[in-house]
Amino acid sequence: MLIDRSKFSRRTVLAGTAAGTAVLATPSILRAQAQTLKIAVLLPRSGYLAQAGQSCHRGALVSAPVLADLGYKVEMVHIDIESNPDVARTQAERAINEGAHCIVGAFDSAGTLAIAQVCEQRQVPLIVNIAAAPQLTEQGYKFLVRNFPTGQMLVSGGLQQLKTLISATKVEPKTAVFLHANDTFGMAQRQGMDKLFPAANMPFKLVESIAYDPKAQDLSVEVTKMRSLNPDVLLVVTRAADAIKLIRDVVRQKFQPMAILSPGSPGLYDEEFFKALGPLADFCAYALPWANPKSKSSQALEAAFKKMQPDFRFPIECFNVGFTFDALLTAADAFKRAGSTNGVELMKALKSTNLVDHAMIGPPITFDEKGQNNNIPAAVVQNRGRVPTVVLPADVATMTPVLPAPPWQGRT
Amino acid sequence: MTAITLNIIVQGLLTGLVYGLMALGLSVIFGVMRVVNFAHGEFAVVAMYAAFILFERLHLDPLISLLPIAVAFFILGYGLQRTLINPFIGRAEHEQFILLVGLATVVINVLLIAFGPDARPVNLSYSFDSYDVGPLIIDKVRVFAALAALAVSAALFLFFRYTRTGTAIRACADNLTGAAVVGLNVKQLYAVTFGIGFVCIGAAGALMETIADASPSLGPSYTLMAFVIVIIGGLGSMAGALVGGVLIGVSEALAGFFIQPSMKSMFSFALLILVLILRPQGLMGRRL
Repeated sequence: MLIDRSKFSRRTVLAGTAAGTAVLATPSILRAQAQTLKIAVLLPRSGYLAQAGQSCHRGALVSAPVLADLGYKVEMVHIDIESNPDVARTQAERAINEGAHCIVGAFDSAGTLAIAQVCEQRQVPLIVNIAAAPQLTEQGYKFLVRNFPTGQMLVSGGLQQLKTLISATKVEPKTAVFLHANDTFGMAQRQGMDKLFPAANMPFKLVESIAYDPKAQDLSVEVTKMRSLNPDVLLVVTRAADAIKLIRDVVRQKFQPMAILSPGSPGLYDEEFFKALGPLADFCAYALPWANPKSKSSQALEAAFKKMQPDFRFPIECFNVGFTFDALLTAADAFKRAGSTNGVELMKALKSTNLVDHAMIGPPITFDEKGQNNNIPAAVVQNRGRVPTVVLPADVATMTPVLPAPPWQGRT
Repeated sequence: MTAITLNIIVQGLLTGLVYGLMALGLSVIFGVMRVVNFAHGEFAVVAMYAAFILFERLHLDPLISLLPIAVAFFILGYGLQRTLINPFIGRAEHEQFILLVGLATVVINVLLIAFGPDARPVNLSYSFDSYDVGPLIIDKVRVFAALAALAVSAALFLFFRYTRTGTAIRACADNLTGAAVVGLNVKQLYAVTFGIGFVCIGAAGALMETIADASPSLGPSYTLMAFVIVIIGGLGSMAGALVGGVLIGVSEALAGFFIQPSMKSMFSFALLILVLILRPQGLMGRRL
């Protein structure tokens, strides 16, 4: 091919380069000027974490009309990560390729860690709804914020609240066994417990820590092992499905501890737990962040939830839905302030978040330089009459706590 | 400590018998047809859901509903063999593998669409009861499930030993050419065998529903467990499947108690490796 050198001047090259740059830059400029924030909500909606993932998903679905009413312009894309970190990584890549401006997720620490790596490479903000592994905010990720306690924060706040519970109920447990799942979350809790328990000055001695596989058929061996140690208190870190297996085997083996307590984990408050165990689900207590019934956001969320889930027994799923809503609200608020969907701009706005009204109990949502919200208080919640009921602190409690738990046999 | 250890062994033994029944189906199908059912666990989960539905709708105890479920599974297995599996008999193993893995994926996803991911339990009146035998505490549901598993296994042994069809199936397994030469309808017998394999899956699934909660995600782990059991017991050996099930049940329980519960499945695989090294044909399998 011949080139006409007279037409191929320095000006032509410059103009061509400028035009090319403009064409190539168009998608990102359009993206940055988008009127709506496109959020990819990545959750484990199938696989062994599906129950909790579905619960968070309900939270994301119900958040859409609430955020719209509050004047936020967001569009959500719901993606299943199948309780599998590899799928989480692939789906995060896919979501970003398809134009997601930020990601919210992913309930599970392992899946969230996989997504965080992708978000960091692609400079797309990740707003963690629920995931406690400390490394999420300790590995220097610049495109991540977490409005959820770390494992250590959960354990530390949980132990303090459980100490208050024991003192309020005037029981005198001498020994405890700590049973935890051996997944990323459970192991993070174990590390927190190993580090914090010796200094927590608890009124009982921790005689053993037992790790179990959350995919196990049953927990009969684990319960037999605990029964042989005969502790007064079972401290548990579970998921919904294995919390059911635990109580089932505890009752079958006629093991009657003074209390079954969780220093901060899912399982004991899920509807699935109540459905499977009925009255046997009662009197388990857990220290967790909980939805604030007095906040405007919670009230709006509750009204929308009732409309969308008329058959659901609770006014709201106070943990999964609350945290998922707060994560989405945080993203929407940052977008409103940034006025841009550019990852760097969004991240800058996220870091300067100061959300006064939000769903969960606690002071305004803010993040430290690592992207962690350090002010997420816990309440003590006890299952009473098949409903999770706040029993401590006294100023927000609707019932007084009851320990020791009544015998299993009288309840069936 | 002795009573606790004995308790652990008894619990492992009872659970192992149900595992054994589930693996029996895999062993029967492979022993006769040389087809490895990679959708085994997934169909066991279908049976668990069937037991769950019959309990929810008709309040049928899974110990009773296992009979209609086993009959329905015989028809399902028979039909599957005639329509889907039969064209793949004699074809390359990787083709059979892909077919059955594909079938497993379809089954799991259909279950997910139909029932969602939540675990579905049956709350029987005796779900939380147990027997006190001296110092031992033994779950009622495990005792019932193990007895039912033993009864189904015994019925299968008797069927293969004393009925004409059972003898004909054994003839096919021993010498396919010879069986065809003497005029046995091999295609028909293969379909019956697949149906019988599915009876084991159906019955075991119904019994598993009393011990564990139905959930689509259980399928692959049940398939894997059935494989481990039949390889340890001897692929194609009916007695081997039961022995393998009991061995896995007891060894997992003991390892969980004495070492760490989260490491118990590691012991099944350690046992598997040991058997593969020392006796590759399995504990009760025939040397090829």
